Amino acid sequence: MMTRLHIKLMLATAALAVGTGLAPAFAASNLTIESWRPDDLPIWQDTILPVFMKEHPDIKVTFAPSDSTQYDAAVRSKLQGGSAGDIITCRPFDASLALFKAGQLADVTSLPGMENFSPTAKVAWSTDDGKQAFCVPMASVLHGFIYNKDAFDKVGITAPPKTMDEFYADLDKIKADGTYIPLDLGTHDQWEAATMGYQNIGPNYWKGEEGRKALIAGTQKLTDPQWVAPFKELAKWKPYLADGFESQSDSDSTNLFQNGRAAIYPAGSWAITSFEKNPDLKMAAFPPPVAKAGDECYISDHVDIAMGINAASKNMEAAKTFMTWVASDEFAALYSNALPGFFSLSSHEVKVKDPIAQQFVAWRNSCKSTIRSTYQILSRGTPNLENDTWTASANVINGTQTPEAAAQKLQAGLDSWYKPAK
Amino acid sequence: MADATSKQRKPIRWHIAVFLAPAVLIYSLLMIIPLLGTLQQSTMTGDITNRAFIGLGNFVTLFTDPRWSSGFWNAFRNNIYFFLINMLVQNPLGILLAALLSNPTLRLRGFYRTAIFIPTILSFVIVGFVWKLLLSPIWGVTPTIMKFFHAGQFFQPWLGKEQYALTTLSLISVWQYVGVPMMLVYAALLSIPDEVLEAAECDGITGMNQFWKIQLPLILPTLGIISILTFVGNFNAFDLVYVAQTAAAGPNFSTDLLGTFLYRTFFGMQLQQGDQNMGSAVATVMFLIILGGVCIYLFTVQNRLRRYQF
Amino acid sequence: MSQARNSLTRSVLSHAILLTYTIIALAPVLVVILNSFKTRAAIFNQPVMPPLPSTFSLIGYATVFGRGNFALYFTNSFIVTVVSVVLVMVFGAMAGFALSEYRFKLNTLMGLYLAVGIMIPIRLGTVAILQIMVATGLVNSLWALILVYTASGLPLSIFILAEFMRQVSDDLKNAGRIDGLSEYKIFFRLVFPLVRPALATVAVFTMIPIWNDLWFPLILAPGEATKTITLGAQSFIGQFLTDWNAVLAALSLAILPILVLYLIFSRQLIRGLTSGAVK
Repeated sequence: MMTRLHIKLMLATAALAVGTGLAPAFAASNLTIESWRPDDLPIWQDTILPVFMKEHPDIKVTFAPSDSTQYDAAVRSKLQGGSAGDIITCRPFDASLALFKAGQLADVTSLPGMENFSPTAKVAWSTDDGKQAFCVPMASVLHGFIYNKDAFDKVGITAPPKTMDEFYADLDKIKADGTYIPLDLGTHDQWEAATMGYQNIGPNYWKGEEGRKALIAGTQKLTDPQWVAPFKELAKWKPYLADGFESQSDSDSTNLFQNGRAAIYPAGSWAITSFEKNPDLKMAAFPPPVAKAGDECYISDHVDIAMGINAASKNMEAAKTFMTWVASDEFAALYSNALPGFFSLSSHEVKVKDPIAQQFVAWRNSCKSTIRSTYQILSRGTPNLENDTWTASANVINGTQTPEAAAQKLQAGLDSWYKPAK
Repeated sequence: MADATSKQRKPIRWHIAVFLAPAVLIYSLLMIIPLLGTLQQSTMTGDITNRAFIGLGNFVTLFTDPRWSSGFWNAFRNNIYFFLINMLVQNPLGILLAALLSNPTLRLRGFYRTAIFIPTILSFVIVGFVWKLLLSPIWGVTPTIMKFFHAGQFFQPWLGKEQYALTTLSLISVWQYVGVPMMLVYAALLSIPDEVLEAAECDGITGMNQFWKIQLPLILPTLGIISILTFVGNFNAFDLVYVAQTAAAGPNFSTDLLGTFLYRTFFGMQLQQGDQNMGSAVATVMFLIILGGVCIYLFTVQNRLRRYQF
Repeated sequence: MSQARNSLTRSVLSHAILLTYTIIALAPVLVVILNSFKTRAAIFNQPVMPPLPSTFSLIGYATVFGRGNFALYFTNSFIVTVVSVVLVMVFGAMAGFALSEYRFKLNTLMGLYLAVGIMIPIRLGTVAILQIMVATGLVNSLWALILVYTASGLPLSIFILAEFMRQVSDDLKNAGRIDGLSEYKIFFRLVFPLVRPALATVAVFTMIPIWNDLWFPLILAPGEATKTITLGAQSFIGQFLTDWNAVLAALSLAILPILVLYLIFSRQLIRGLTSGAVK
C-alpha cells in the first residue's frame, strides 16, 4: 500500500516535471525583487518575468512589491537587518546613493549590459564623480497634461493650448460649460501638487537643465523670478479644481479622469495605464504650455526607476544574470510596452506602441528634456528640499501661502545646510 | 519584606523563577534589549560604517536647531490637542453611554454594547481608508447625508483643510476608541454594590443626582485608569494619521503627531533619509514624556483616588 | 404616577441616544460592506443606497479571489493571532501569579520592569528585532511575528492578570497547600481556572492589535507565504486603488473575520470585565 502510493507520487511528480518543461534543476536559485509599484504586479507576473524564466529555467524570480509610501522605510530596515530581497528597485539619486555608500547595494559599474546606457541615463544612479554605478537604469517618466477629447469637443476647443494664456482660456470655457471638472488635481497627498504641478510646468520658466544646474551651482536662487513664476501659476489653479480638492487624493483624481468626469489631468506619464482601463475614454496629451508663443519648451523627463543588487544577496550570480537581462534591449522593449508611460533609458531604439505614450515621447524631439530640479544633490540635507517643495506647492494651490513666501521658505531651508561649491 | 508564611518555605523558591522565566525572557529579549539599543543609539552619530558617541548632542540639536525644533514642537502641540479632544469627547461620551447601558431594566443593551464596541476592533488600515472614503467630496457619502438633513452647505473637505484636519482625525479616533472607556466604566458601574445604591435611594437620591453624587465618585479610579490609557495611547498614536494623511501629515503638517514625526525622522520619507540616531533621540524624548505623564498620575492623582476604593 | 412617566421618558431618551450612537458606530462599516456588493456605477452614483437587484454585483469579490490570496492570508493571521494570544495568556498568567502571590526581594522592581513595556511602542526597536530574527533564521516565518506579539502583549496582560489574582482567596490556595499540592498545581489547577473571565479580557485586548498590525508583517514577514490579512488587504488596495469594487470587497473581507471572532468572544469579554477586572 505504502510503496504503491510512493511510486504513484513519484510518477506524478515526474510527469508534472516533464509535462511543464520544468526539469528539476539542481542549482535553481530564487530571486526576490523589492519594488514600490504594487500596481505593476500583474504585469511582472504575467508578462515580464515569464520571458526571463523561460530563458533561464534555473532562476526563479518573484516580484514582491510593497506600498510605495512604506517602501523606503521597509527596504532600508530590511537591508540593515539582512532580510531584503536580492534585487532592489532604486529610487533616483541620494536615496540609492546612501544605500550604496552604506555598502548595501552592489557595484554594477562593469556589469555586462551597462554599456547600453548613456552617462545621462546613469547619472541618477552613479556616484557624484560618475565613476561607479550602483543600479541599472530602467525608465524615466514624463510630465505633461492628458485631456479628455470629449470634453474639449463639447466646449469647442479645437486644438490643445500652447501658451499659458490659451490654457487658462480653455479652462474658463470648460468651467463655464460646467459638465466637467476643468483641472483634475488634488492637494491631499501633497506630492502631486509638487510633481504634477510645480515640476510639470516649472522647466519652461527656469529653462530646464540650465536653471537646475544654476541652482546647484548657487548662481540662481529659488527666490529668483524664474523659480517663483511656476508658483504664481499654481496659485491661479484653485478656481478650476474640483470642489473639495483639498482632500482629493491622487487616486481620487485618477478615478475622476478615468471615469470621464474631468477635462484635463496634470499628468505623470505613468498614469496612462490606469486611464486605458476605461476603453470608452478618448484622450490625448499636450506638453506644459509655454509663457509666450514661440518660447522654447522644456519638459520634465525624469529618470525615475532603476534596479540594483542587494550586496548581501546569497544568489549573486543569478542576480547578475537577471540584471544583465534588465539591461538588455529585450527587456527595454518588453517593459516600455507592458507599462506605457515608463520610457526605457536604454540607448537601444525602443518602439513604443501605445498611442498616448507615443505623444509623450515625441516631445523629446520638440522640447528640451530636464529632470526634476530638487532631486540631485539639493535634497541631501535637512530640511529636505523635495519634501519641502511638496508642502509649499500644496500650500500655494490651497491659497494658504503666497508664491513669494513659499519660495522664500524653500530658499531659507536650502541655505541652512547647502553651500554650493565655489 | 518576607512574611511569616514565606519564611516557612524553602530558602530558594524555584517555582517563582519558573513562573516568571518565560515572560521575562521573551519580553527582555524582544522588547527591552531592542529598546535599549534604541536608547543607546540616541547618543550616537554617523551611520553603521562609522558610528561615534556624541553624548546628548542629538538632543541639543533636536531642541535648539530650528530645523528640528520647529517640527518637534509643532508635533508636540498637535499631540496635546489630539489628547485633549480625546479626553474631552471620547471619555465623557464613553461615560454617558456606559451610564445609560448600566440601567438594568434597559432592553437591547447587549446589542448596543456589542455594536458600539465594533469600531474598536477594526484595524487602522480599515478605519483610515473607510473615513477617507466617507469624507471624500468625490464619492459624496457625507455631502449626500448632510443634504438630507438640510446641512449640505456646511460640508467641507475636512481632511484637506489646515484648520479642520487635526480635529477631524481626533474625532475619528474618538469614534474608533469610545468603546474602551465605555466598557471599562460600564464594568465599574456594575461592580458598585446594590446596597450602596439602595441606601442612596432611601435617602432620596435618585436619577441624575444619584449618578453625580454616588456613582461618579465611586468610579473615579476607573476614570483615572482610562485617562492614563488615553494619554499613553494618544502620545504613541501614529497609524491613523499615517493611513489617512500619509507620513507627510498634511496639510502643512497640521496633523503631525510625535509618532509621525518620529517615523519620518527614523525611517525617512521619500527623499528625506532616515536618521536612526536622531530618530532614536526623538523616541527617547517621547518615552520621557510618556513616563513623566504616567509618574504625575501615579504620584498625585492615583494616591488621592485610592481613598474612594472599596 | 409621575415617576412612571418619568422613567418612561428616561427610557425613551436612553434608547434615542444609544440608537443614534449605534448608527454612528455602525454606519461607516455598513456603507463599505453594502457598497462592496454593488456595481461600479451604483457605488459612485448612489453611495448611500443598499444594493438592489438592479445594482447587485459580486465583481469586486471576483477580483479579490482571482488576484488576492485571501484564504492563505486569513490562515496566517489566524495562526499568528491564536498562538500569540495563547502564549500571552499562559505566560502572562504565570508571571502575574508570581508577582501577586509571592513576596520576594525584587517583586516591586520586577513589576515595574514588566510595566515599562506598556508605555513604549515596540516599533521603536524594529531594527534590533529584525537583526535578532535574521540571526536566528526566523525572518519571513510566522514565528517571528508570534514572538514579537507575545513580547509586546505580555506587559499589559501581566498587569491586568496580577490585579485579578490578588482577588483570588488565600484560603483556597492555602487549603491546596495543606493538601500537599505543589505551587505549580495550585496555579494550574486552582488559580488559572478561576481567572478565566480575566483571561477573556486579556484575549480580546491582545487579539485586536495583533490582528490589525501592519508594521511587523511588513518588516518581518512580507513574503507571499506569510502575509497576514491586514498586510494582504493593504497591498491589495495599493494595487487596485482605482478599482473600487475590489477595494471595498477587500476591506469587507478584512473586517468580517475579526467581527465574527469578536462576536464569539464578546460575551466572555463582558463577563471578564464585569467580574471586577479593571477597576
